[in-house]
Amino acid sequence: MLSNIAFYGALETGLIYGLVAFGIYLSFRVLDFPDLTVDGSFPLGAAVAAMLIISGWNPWLATGAAILAGMAAGAVTALLNVKLKILNLLASILTMIALYSINLRIMGRPNVALLMEDTVLTPWYELGLEYHQVPVLLFTLVIGVSLFLLWRFMKSETGLAMRATGANARMARAQGIATGGMIILGVAVSNGLVGLAGALFAQSQGAADVTMGVGVIVIGLASLIGGEAVITPTSVFRALLACVVGAIIYRLAIAFALNADALGLKAQDLNLITAVLVTLAIVLPGARVSLMNKFKRRKA
Amino acid sequence: MITATDLRLTFGEGTPLENPALRGMSLTVNQGEFVTVIGSNGAGKSTFLNALAGEVLVDSGKILVDNIDVTKLPTHKRTSRVARVFQDPLAGTCEGLSIEENLALAIKRGKRRGLGTAVKKQYLERFRSSLATLGLGLENRLTDKMGLLSGGQRQAVSLLMASLTPSSILLLDEHTAALDPKTASFVLELTQNIIAEQKLTALMVTHSMKQALEVGTRTVMLHQGEVVFDIAGKDREGLEVKDLLNLFEQQRGLTVDDDSLLLG
Repeated sequence: MLSNIAFYGALETGLIYGLVAFGIYLSFRVLDFPDLTVDGSFPLGAAVAAMLIISGWNPWLATGAAILAGMAAGAVTALLNVKLKILNLLASILTMIALYSINLRIMGRPNVALLMEDTVLTPWYELGLEYHQVPVLLFTLVIGVSLFLLWRFMKSETGLAMRATGANARMARAQGIATGGMIILGVAVSNGLVGLAGALFAQSQGAADVTMGVGVIVIGLASLIGGEAVITPTSVFRALLACVVGAIIYRLAIAFALNADALGLKAQDLNLITAVLVTLAIVLPGARVSLMNKFKRRKA
Repeated sequence: MITATDLRLTFGEGTPLENPALRGMSLTVNQGEFVTVIGSNGAGKSTFLNALAGEVLVDSGKILVDNIDVTKLPTHKRTSRVARVFQDPLAGTCEGLSIEENLALAIKRGKRRGLGTAVKKQYLERFRSSLATLGLGLENRLTDKMGLLSGGQRQAVSLLMASLTPSSILLLDEHTAALDPKTASFVLELTQNIIAEQKLTALMVTHSMKQALEVGTRTVMLHQGEVVFDIAGKDREGLEVKDLLNLFEQQRGLTVDDDSLLLG
């Protein structure tokens, strides 16, 4: 079984990756824009927040700046696609690669520690909760507010226009929607959320590292697809909820896999486990349907 | 009113696939006219409609809508004046969105979209009453996903969406061609009703010469990117398909002669 610390740790990272899953839901699902920028905007958010906190900024302001930095990165990807007509996937890879250098420039070195600094978590430790419950409480609040705002946005006139852009761009244009502008806005917001996740991750882990973005896209996708397998996304609200649930389930599954001694898995197997989980999450819902069909046919 | 003057557009210019789609197309559609457009494949019907809508920009020529020059404007900036129904019944609506969400998109056609709720309560009564005119029972299915509807139902809703807000011209691009005969006649009848009730100015492309003469107030035939003939009023009354073919033969005779000269 999981220890208490491992359990809360999984919840904590799960909640952070829930924000990443929101971002990926926006780009992959709403806009149908496969965006790999997140592998760069996650450490970008971490780097910006870490450097600003070290230089004495209020940690919430630093986190806000990280969101803006993420949005700028997303806007660059979208502009490469919309204005320069570069294939969306390729545009995002270009930004991702560029961000690797930019992140090194921002930090001036491969990693920055935040061990003795005040973070957004610091005041919450004085509430008298158990040490490892504090981040879970704060991040639950953050993701709850984000979920509510995103849900309201998706229901707004602009949000609806964005959903139409991804679903049927020709129809959207015929309804007077500037589809290019919607893509720029959507990918920017998506990466803003990922920047926020990066900033929170750095503050809860006590460091920003230039390599911390590797595979963020896969983890986000795993959370998104896994969540959709558990909660059928028949509405925007359910789709957003699926992102959070998927991210938490994913982190718990990883924690279980690494803790079960019988399996003999070690930390270095993480990416392999992720790939297997994503494959299962993609294949299983379909397999379930075909199995049920076979069962029904046999009965008939 | 729409005025198109000397529109020219060549696809793939300078390549072996060079295809002059519009070769000096000029047409003026007056307020309240319902023009049917016919022509063989490659006559430039769809390109002409796309040029009016802004989906393609012409190489030269001028397009005025209500005396405003829209020649260089992209699609989304023309939509306050130009409404459109596509040939593909799936193209005019979003299947992942509910019926009310689709209508809410259309009610804001060509207007600014803000952060207020898209599907406002005050819209719902209007949505219900317009859907009720279709007689398909859709007024009770506002929150159903569009994807649950049949092609004919979706085309009927597309038509409704195009007429939900006023426009200077309604473009119909063979919008009944992909439907079965019974549904097609239903959608056509609906089109005529909506155009008559709201006194819309409309341009309807059709493949059927019979339909072109039965519907609307004026018929235009395109051939090789130009208007070959344009009949309205008394000249058009009582005209039959064979008269139309004769007219076409007379016009095309000239080009056939040209061809035989070249080939001979």
